[in-house]
Amino acid sequence: MSGKGSKGAAEDPGSEPTLGMDPFEDTLRRLREAFSSGRTRPAEFRAEQLRGLGRFLQDNKQLLQDALAQDLHKSAFESDISELILCQNEVDLALGNLQAWMKDEPVAKNTLTKLASAFIRKEPFGLVLIIAPWNYPLNLTLVPLVGALAAGNCVVLKPSEISKAAEKVLAEVLPQYLDQSCFAVVLGGPQETGQLLEHKFDYILFTGSPRVGRIVMTAAAKHLTPVTLELGGKNPCYVDDNCDPQTVANRVAWFRYFNAGQTCVAPDYILCSPETQERLLPALQSAIARFYGDDPQSSPNLGRIINQKQFQRLRALLGCGRVAIGGQSDESQRYIAPTVLVDVRETEPVMQEEIFGPILPIVNVRSLDEAIDFINRREKPLALYAFSNSSQVVNQMLDRTSSGSFGGNEGFIYMTLPSLPLGGVGNSGMGRYQGKFSFDTFSHHRSCLLSHAGLEKLNEIRYPPYTAWSQQLLSWALASRSCTLL
Amino acid sequence: MKDEPVAKNTLTKLASAFIRKEPFGLVLIIAPWNYPLNLTLVPLVGALAAGNCVVLKPSEISKAAEKVLAEVLPQYLDQSCFAVVLGGPQETGQLLEHKFDYILFTGSPRVGRIVMTAAAKHLTPVTLELGGKNPCYVDDNCDPQTVANRVAWFRYFNAGQTCVAPDYILCSPETQERLLPALQSAIARFYGDDPQSSPNLGRIINQKQFQRLRALLGCGRVAIGGQSDESQRYIAPTVLVDVRETEPVMQEEIFGPILPIVNVRSLDEAIDFINRREKPLALYAFSNSSQVVNQMLDRTSSGSFGGNEGFIYMTLPSLPLGGVGNSGMGRYQGKFSFDTFSHHRSCLLSHAGLEKLNEIRYPPYTAWSQQLLSWALASRSCTLL
Repeated sequence: MSGKGSKGAAEDPGSEPTLGMDPFEDTLRRLREAFSSGRTRPAEFRAEQLRGLGRFLQDNKQLLQDALAQDLHKSAFESDISELILCQNEVDLALGNLQAWMKDEPVAKNTLTKLASAFIRKEPFGLVLIIAPWNYPLNLTLVPLVGALAAGNCVVLKPSEISKAAEKVLAEVLPQYLDQSCFAVVLGGPQETGQLLEHKFDYILFTGSPRVGRIVMTAAAKHLTPVTLELGGKNPCYVDDNCDPQTVANRVAWFRYFNAGQTCVAPDYILCSPETQERLLPALQSAIARFYGDDPQSSPNLGRIINQKQFQRLRALLGCGRVAIGGQSDESQRYIAPTVLVDVRETEPVMQEEIFGPILPIVNVRSLDEAIDFINRREKPLALYAFSNSSQVVNQMLDRTSSGSFGGNEGFIYMTLPSLPLGGVGNSGMGRYQGKFSFDTFSHHRSCLLSHAGLEKLNEIRYPPYTAWSQQLLSWALASRSCTLL
Repeated sequence: MKDEPVAKNTLTKLASAFIRKEPFGLVLIIAPWNYPLNLTLVPLVGALAAGNCVVLKPSEISKAAEKVLAEVLPQYLDQSCFAVVLGGPQETGQLLEHKFDYILFTGSPRVGRIVMTAAAKHLTPVTLELGGKNPCYVDDNCDPQTVANRVAWFRYFNAGQTCVAPDYILCSPETQERLLPALQSAIARFYGDDPQSSPNLGRIINQKQFQRLRALLGCGRVAIGGQSDESQRYIAPTVLVDVRETEPVMQEEIFGPILPIVNVRSLDEAIDFINRREKPLALYAFSNSSQVVNQMLDRTSSGSFGGNEGFIYMTLPSLPLGGVGNSGMGRYQGKFSFDTFSHHRSCLLSHAGLEKLNEIRYPPYTAWSQQLLSWALASRSCTLL
C-alpha cells in the first residue's frame, strides 16, 4: 500500500480488501497534517503548484494526447481544443489572478461599524476531494484541480477508472509535478470510491450521473461536507421553423457528435415541427458527410465509445423510432455512426435516459409553447439550446425554462469562456466552477469585523440599562434609512 | 434581477454572454426558536426577492412567534405562492420527504445532517446555518473592563441563546484574575444588583433547555452568578472557572447565559486548542495588539470573525452570515440571500447567421485551421485583440 498515491484494491483486482484495512487512511492523514501545518496558505506555494501543473501539461503533451486517443479515439487536435488548451487557460488565469482572488474584499459599513475594518477573507476549506468522470478525463479533472489548488487546499484526486490511459498518466506522472505532501491521486472503482467517501473531506466536487450524485451527497451529509455536483440530463435542442436549416444542422451536428456524443452538455435531442424536420434531415446528412466524410468510420475526427458496456447500451438505443441517418455500428472498434432517429416516442428508452453517444433523436412538437411544456415536464437539464432567426423566440425559450446553462443559436462553445460558470440546477446538479468561480467554490468566505480595542466611550450607547434617548439613537443608527444622512 | 454581462473571448466576441438569475422554484425555510422572527423573515426576504414560492416552517418551540407567523403573516402575502406549515420533529421529517428546490435550515449540526441527507434524495441544494462553540480569546495585552463590557453584552444578550455568541473564554490565569472583577462590574452595570428583575435580561425558552443549562452550572466552579429560578426559567449571568475540557459545559454548545473560562498559557496554545475542535460559527479575539488579532484570524477558521468586538457584524448586510465545517455551509443576508436563492444560469446568445465565421471550427481540419483555432482558444491570444 505504499508508493505514489494509494491504490486500494485496484492494484490487485483478485483480492478483497482486508476487513478493517483502510487503504486511504494514511494518505488522508498525511494530507490533513500538511494542511494543518499551513503549507498551502502562502500565495507562493499555490503559484508553484499551478506552475507545476502547467509544466505537466506542456512536458507531457504527446503523452496526454496519446492517452486520449487510446481511451476515446480523440484526434490530437480535438484533445487540444477540448481539453489541453482549456486546462492551460485555467492555469494561466489562476496564476495571473491569484493575488487578486486571494485578497480580502472590503465591504460597506454602517453607522455602528464606521470605524471598524470590515472585509471578507477567502480561506481554503482544507482537504478537497475531486471525483472525475471518463468523458473528458483531463479537462474535468484538472480544471477543478486548478481551483482547489489556487484556493489553498490539499487535494485528493479520484480520476475515473474507466478512462484507463488517462488515469495512468494522472496517477503516475502528475504527482511528480506537485508537492506530494499536499496532493494525492487515489484509484479504484465504485467499491473503493464508496470506501473513500466514508472519510471526512472538507469539500467534494463530483462530476458524474445524478444517481451517483445522490450517493455522494448522502455520504457528504454525514460529515456536513459541502458539495458541488456536476451531473447530467437530457439537454433539449429546440429548432424553430424560422431558421436556416443548414446553419442549424452544422452547429447541432458538430456539438452532438464531438467526442462521439459523450459530452454532458451536448444537445441530447431535437424538438421541432414535422415541417422543420423535413428540412433538417438532408441538412444534417450534408453536415455529417462534410465533417466526417462518406465513411465516417474512417474519419480521424470521430471518436469512439469508451467501453463495451456503453457501446452495448448505445447500440440498443438504435432500435428506437426509425433510423433516418446513420445507424451503423462496429463492435470491434466500439464505433457508432453519427445517427439521427425519427418517429421517436417519449416512452422509448432513447427518450428516457441521457444518451451520451452519437445518436440524435428528433421529437415533433407543433409550437414553441408545446416545446416549452415538453421541456418543463421533465427534469431541469444541464444545458438547453434554442435555434431561431427570431431573437424573440430564443428569449421566450430562455425566459420560460430553466437549465444549468443556455445556448442560443449555438452549442456549448460557452465552455471556453471562464467568465461563464459551469453548473447544473435541479437534477443536473448544484454549485458551479470554472475560472474565478472555481476559486470561490473551493474557498470559505469568512466575514470579518475588526474593531478598535479602545474607543469604548463610543460603545457606551449600546449597553443596558437603556434610556428612552439611547434607545431612540441606537434604533436610528441601526436602521438602514439612517445611512444616507452620514 | 438584472442579467450580468460577462467577458468574452475571441470565439464569442460577437455573441451576447451573461449570467441570468432565476428562482429555483419551491423553497423551504426551516427556522429556529432563538430569534424566531429574524431567522425566519430575513431568509424569507431573499427567497421572495429571488422569485421563489416559499414554504415556511417556523419553530414550534417559540409558540407565540409561531402563532403570529402562521396566522397573521400569510394575510400580507400572496397565499398561492406562500404557505406556513406547522409541526414538530415528526412533521418536519414528513415534510422533508417531499421534493423542494432549495432548503435553508437553521438549527443544530445534528439536525443539519438529517436535513442534508433528506435533501440528497432529491438532489436539493441546501444552506445550513448550524452552530458550535464559539471561542473568545482574550489576550494579556488588553483593557479588562473594555473586554468585559463587550464580551458580557454579547454573551448574555437574549439570555445567551444566540448562535454567534461567545461560548467560552480562552485566556491566561493572570488575565482571568483581571477579567473576573471586570465581568462582575459589567454584569452589575447592565442588569443591576438583582439581574432577575432587570427588564434587559431574557429567559430560557423552555423547561428542557432550562434543565440542561442548570445541570451545566455544576461544571468547574461558579465565579459569578450561578443562581437559577425554575418558575421563571431564569438563569443568572454566570461565569465558571476551573473548567476541564472534558466537562459537559465544554462539550456542547452552551446556548445560555453561562460563560466558562478555560486557561491557556499563550496565543499558540489558544490556537491549538481551537484548531483541535470543530470549526465554529464565530470566533472572537480581544487584544490591544492588532498583530495578535491578525494571528488568531490567520491561523484559525470559522464562519465569521470578530476582533475586539462581538457579533455586531450581523447588522451589516454587506457581510454574509454562514458557517464552515460543522457550523454549516452556504450563506445569506442582504444580496447574498438573493444569490443563495437564485440559480445563476450561464447564457450565450449567438447570431443565427454569420455562419461563415463558424466554418473554421468544423472538420475536416487543415493544418492552418487547426493552428488558427488553437490560437483563438488559448487565453494568451486575448491580449492581442
